[in-house]
Amino acid sequence: MASALAIRLKEQGQNVGLLDLDFTSPSSHVILGIEGLYPEEEYGIIPPMAHGLRYMSITFYSQDKPAPLRGADISDAIIELLAITRWGNLDYLIVDMPPGIGDATLDMIRLIERIRFLVVCTPSKVAYETVRKQIKLLHELNIPTIGIIENMVMKPTTYVSERAGEDNTTYLGSINYDPMLEDALGNVELLKKTEFYGSIRDLTEKIC
Amino acid sequence: MHEWALAEGVISTATRVAGEQGIQKITEINVGIGDLQQIEHDIFLFALEQLRTPNIKDAKFTLQAIKGKLNCRVCGEEWEFSNRDMDEETSEAIHFVPEMAHVYIKCPSCESPDFEVLEGRGVILASISGVKEDS
Repeated sequence: MASALAIRLKEQGQNVGLLDLDFTSPSSHVILGIEGLYPEEEYGIIPPMAHGLRYMSITFYSQDKPAPLRGADISDAIIELLAITRWGNLDYLIVDMPPGIGDATLDMIRLIERIRFLVVCTPSKVAYETVRKQIKLLHELNIPTIGIIENMVMKPTTYVSERAGEDNTTYLGSINYDPMLEDALGNVELLKKTEFYGSIRDLTEKIC
Repeated sequence: MHEWALAEGVISTATRVAGEQGIQKITEINVGIGDLQQIEHDIFLFALEQLRTPNIKDAKFTLQAIKGKLNCRVCGEEWEFSNRDMDEETSEAIHFVPEMAHVYIKCPSCESPDFEVLEGRGVILASISGVKEDS
């Protein structure tokens, strides 16, 4: 979702950065097919351009190896990356977050003044329970929430939209499960032809 | 030249702390440099010199190396960080993000990556001295 949103914003002519903050399970490099790139070192580190995006991921440093980091280590690594990365002038920095209200979420709330959250949920009671806690926390801390988007919908349901209403959060719509998406992973041009990406286009119109 | 970004962090933090403490003119800045980050001290000091601000213009910079001390959470082994046998790529990854030590370093006793960096992770602003506004 974050990768596709970043690509769409770039397509609209915006200057966009994409930061993958899921240190234990980074995936945006797989989704976007990013290989053979490395940040440039110049008074800090300059994220390489990938598909027109300034792109930063822990995989530049961990490669394809597991990064078994505990909470404080995750926070320190986030602070380090934020401190040394020179993004340049961006219209949007899209941050691909790990799920839940763990270290990355708390650090982003603490460190990024103008952050806004776009919450993604699958049409599942179990998934919504996790999302509900995140929404509650964001509301309690007065952190702006753009809304909630329901992803990978396989059959029509009103469960998430009704719960979002109860939790005073804007329901932005749903994205159908797209069986073609798996084959498009790693190839941005194919990704742009998917039904999923069409839904991202509609979403971008709503929120940006 | 990643040292420049870290030096900027030291200068901005020292300036913020000075403001909070009512220090108008900073006379001394002491910086601890952990071994894990493998900072080039000369470049770092040069960057600090170049980044001087008006309230830091006469400050003395002191850099102190801190040995990397690691402690295994699984078996309790304690050991010292060394990049002696590391290839350049691994060394550079830990240089940029010291937490990458958990990716490339294992406990020498039980080979677990679950260890704590007790000392010597990265750059820390150890202390500042200066003259307060009312003195």
